Amino acid sequence: MRVSWKWLNELVDINLKPEELAEVMTMSGVAVEGIEYLNKGVRGVIVGLIQEIYPHPQADKLSVCKVSVGDAVLTIVTGASNVKAGQKVPVAVPGAVLPEKKIERAVFRGLESEGMLCSADELGMDADKLPPEQRDGILILAEECPVGADIVPLLGLDDIVLELELTPNRADCLSMINVAREVAALTGGRLKLPEIEKSGASQACEALIKINIQDQDLCKRYVGRVIEHVQIKESPLWLKQRLLAAGVRPINNIVDITNYVMMEMGQPLHAFDYDCLADKTIIVRRAADGEEITTLDGKKRELTPEMLVIADAHKPVGIAGVMGGLESEVTAQTKTILLESAYFHGPSIRRTSNALALRSEASLRFEKGVDLEQVSLAADRACQLMAQLGAGVPVEGQVDCYPHPEERYPIRLRLERVNSILGTDLGETEVEKILKALNITILERDLEDWHVFTPSYRRDLELEIDLIEEIARLNGYDKIPTTLPYGATTQGAKNAEQRLHDRISEIMVGQGLFEVITYSFINPRHLDWLYLPPGHELRQTVVVSNPLSEEQGIMRTTILPGLLETVKRNINKRNKNLKLFELGKVYLSSGFPGERKLPQEKWVLGAISTGKKEKTWAYGEENYDFFFLKGVAENIFSSLGLGDVSFVKSENNPSLHPGRCARIIVGGKKVGFIGEVHPLVLEKYGIEQRAAVFSLYLDELIGLVSEAVRYQPVPRFPAVTRDLAIVVPEAVEAGQVLGVIKDTGKTLLKNISLFDVYRGQQIREGYKSLAFSLTWQAEDRTLTDEEVNKLHREIEAALARELGADLRR
Amino acid sequence: MQEQLQLIKKQAEEDLQKCLTMDQLNEVRIKYLGKKGELTQVLRGMAQLPAEERPLIGQLANEIRDSLENSLSLYSEKIKVKELEKKLRAESIDVTLPGIAPDLGRRHPLHLVLQEIKNIFIGMGFTIEEGPEIELDYYNFEALNIPKDHPARDMQDSFYITPEVLLRTHTSPVQARTMEKTKPHVPVKIIVPGKVYRRDDDATHSPMFHQVEGLVIDKNIRFSDLKGTLLNFARQMFGPEQQIRLRPSFFPFTEPSAEVDISCVMCKGAGCRVCKQTGWLEILGSGMVHPRVLEMGGYDPEEVTGFAFGMGVERITMLKYGIDDMRHLFENDVRFLHQF
Repeated sequence: MRVSWKWLNELVDINLKPEELAEVMTMSGVAVEGIEYLNKGVRGVIVGLIQEIYPHPQADKLSVCKVSVGDAVLTIVTGASNVKAGQKVPVAVPGAVLPEKKIERAVFRGLESEGMLCSADELGMDADKLPPEQRDGILILAEECPVGADIVPLLGLDDIVLELELTPNRADCLSMINVAREVAALTGGRLKLPEIEKSGASQACEALIKINIQDQDLCKRYVGRVIEHVQIKESPLWLKQRLLAAGVRPINNIVDITNYVMMEMGQPLHAFDYDCLADKTIIVRRAADGEEITTLDGKKRELTPEMLVIADAHKPVGIAGVMGGLESEVTAQTKTILLESAYFHGPSIRRTSNALALRSEASLRFEKGVDLEQVSLAADRACQLMAQLGAGVPVEGQVDCYPHPEERYPIRLRLERVNSILGTDLGETEVEKILKALNITILERDLEDWHVFTPSYRRDLELEIDLIEEIARLNGYDKIPTTLPYGATTQGAKNAEQRLHDRISEIMVGQGLFEVITYSFINPRHLDWLYLPPGHELRQTVVVSNPLSEEQGIMRTTILPGLLETVKRNINKRNKNLKLFELGKVYLSSGFPGERKLPQEKWVLGAISTGKKEKTWAYGEENYDFFFLKGVAENIFSSLGLGDVSFVKSENNPSLHPGRCARIIVGGKKVGFIGEVHPLVLEKYGIEQRAAVFSLYLDELIGLVSEAVRYQPVPRFPAVTRDLAIVVPEAVEAGQVLGVIKDTGKTLLKNISLFDVYRGQQIREGYKSLAFSLTWQAEDRTLTDEEVNKLHREIEAALARELGADLRR
Repeated sequence: MQEQLQLIKKQAEEDLQKCLTMDQLNEVRIKYLGKKGELTQVLRGMAQLPAEERPLIGQLANEIRDSLENSLSLYSEKIKVKELEKKLRAESIDVTLPGIAPDLGRRHPLHLVLQEIKNIFIGMGFTIEEGPEIELDYYNFEALNIPKDHPARDMQDSFYITPEVLLRTHTSPVQARTMEKTKPHVPVKIIVPGKVYRRDDDATHSPMFHQVEGLVIDKNIRFSDLKGTLLNFARQMFGPEQQIRLRPSFFPFTEPSAEVDISCVMCKGAGCRVCKQTGWLEILGSGMVHPRVLEMGGYDPEEVTGFAFGMGVERITMLKYGIDDMRHLFENDVRFLHQF
């Protein structure tokens, strides 16, 4: 809402500067977003009358004007082509200042120009809001402008606009009068509201127009007034300035008056050409299916039965609250008008204006709800102005169709409640003073309670709590004390799942991985890029029905796309060595919608690594490959105390390298996978280097992790470490060998480390050598050589028996 | 004999003085004190001496041996020190060569800030609740006093999945869920961190972002308690000198409602570009839980009252670290992530 400072000052006494008032209003809930000084630096520009105009003798495109500025006639050269003798124009005389420049005498092709004729743009005005003929060329001024007068007040450039940012509950402030009321309540300034001549029902008017509200659920009240002997012309300067300051384009006196009343009282009005209304009847009804109307903007619109229309006896003549029809438009030929002032159902207007993509100052006000009790008065106000300005002669009285006048109930307000909600210690008189400032009527007072009636323009005040907010607001939020809740002490804490997520993130960071956060929604093409076949479980997606673009098309079912895109983006910026993780959710539609009310959301830990740790002066390079990432995963499991972990080779993950991929099994449950990204997938993402990924479902882990740690005595007897090197067929996996060693070594075997995998000379083709270092230790004694030798022989025998292993010596 | 002994002593001392290494020192020891050493020979020859000379010569020989051994150990110490010095000199390194650091990762700045926020509220006795990101319209809107067709739905343009299911536009639905779960017990004292979604995408808006919601319900909760709690939070988060300012505002699920400003973290309230010369920065919305919301959640608003607040984690993160473009937070450039 743009509030003209001059206009506001006519409605209420203000003893503050605009900036000071803005601060007061902002701190009490009607935020002033900006203050615009309409004069952008114009000084010394005056009204001139063009007496004579002739072509410049030396230049085709220039003209020379003799311009009277009252006490002198100036010779001015202009390049504009829209000026004629007899017109009044803004003249920047030598010494004048414009927003962009200072004006001096200047010589144009041999002729001295004593100043400059100005366009709206040069005067710093918002040309878009002017009538089209005034936007280009020199600004032609109204007849009534006195020659030689300062242009600034004449163009309203001496005004200041407060730009209000209204919260949805304060739609009442879409009215100058209500803003003035708010200012009066806040500052104690005296209100000076216009006196409006009220009309009543009259037979004269009823004889001219019949109004029938068919769909009363969508229209609570409809007031019509008829204005005869209409004379369409330009509005006077002051009216146009008001509208311009409010950001409304002046059109003609009738339209301007309806807009003026809308800005003043918050009630949108509409004027129909009375002679175009069939049977002089207004029917307010839902549109019939397939009904059409051509609106004021010349567009043919198809209507639906959800939309409310204003119809005459035969056809719609306007879309209620949204836009009038072209056929019944007020034109220069209009003799008689029907003026409409109505209350339409906000949500219905909202839906209609959304459906037709037609939003206006009027529809905005209807959406938020106008003042039901003022509907009739607004029509009277417009008639008053029309009469005053000679725009027409209002027929006496009005037709007010208001089938079910709204019943309003008093609200109980308790002083004790006020103070217990706010934590204040306000007294009776303080509260009553605030109620009075807000124009809230006290009906009665019993004991501690008030019974009050709120003004009809404050439709947001319905409950006691609404009044308490008003009291807090007017008393000032800064006067609310600062306390802390008292009562039972509570224990603040994270739950087991939150602690697990924290621990895992810390372990990942400790291993050198960077945490990333990527969008939960993805473009559906990622599923193709991951080569997921039709029917794959990760294709059971949750689809966003109204994405901004395909980038938000579906919710991710896997964490890989975000990680792969992040890798790609970093590689593009030459960050080639990457170790990243994300802990976030994936969303699976399984059973939704249908048996499940909501999709499934699962917590996932995803990690990706690519590139290498570069060689340093001291150490060689280290690849961020499958085994690096496997080590990261193993560290997570060991840090969480999970012992029963296995990596089982898997060839059926379509996104991963079939030879370099494993399922991760913890406690017998599949909790995720690890592998190298399939080269075809990498190609889709434009990644030209190998990358490894893992993904773990954390919800599966949480049941397996125990936070309780039991101390184990530190061994008192020394450990014996001995190596074991074997040769096995290539097909035998290290995991199998480790399994046999563990099963055979049992509890005395404290640690196995695989320190060498060797193929090549001295090893048969199709075989490989694995070298382990085994640590043996007993809790009750020092192990003897004989004992360890015996254990090693047993292991060797078991390996030979079960895996065909040979001892390598 | 006597002279011979004195000569040995003199020679030995001269030899010792020439010693530079332990090996040379050992040679001297063997030369004089070894089994065939010169002094040993002399002592062996004692038997041939007349008995009356023996004590005298013996005493002298012992004295010389003791003195020699003394000197030997003295020289040995000196040489050890010298040899160590030499060894250490040889082992000297270029300490300006770069260290070999184990890799260290980084948490995402949003999560660092989230963690800090959580810790502050845990310290004030709050527990952490979470809820689904894909949410029923009922919890996201209706249970929060935002019926269908309410203009406030415009404020939060939503991503819908079905007409009844959407991506939550704020963390507030967890308020409703928690009340439903906890009613009629009090106190409720929770914060709700999480991802939320709105149909906006530009330099200051991201279609996905993070919020932290707070909810306290108990007997006798007052607007002043909200103010005190948030002041406490602001001071822990942004420094003990922090001031806060409450401005009336509107949220359908709270009343009275307030926008909360903190004194500008950049200029300390003096006025700068970041705070648009106002000295204040808006960081959260808050208010007393609307009685209708309490009722829908199963509480009697005459018995209990509550306050709620919600803040954008991105905004706080950007303020805290001076980040100027929200998009950095989701681009995950490692050169950006490395800074936190």
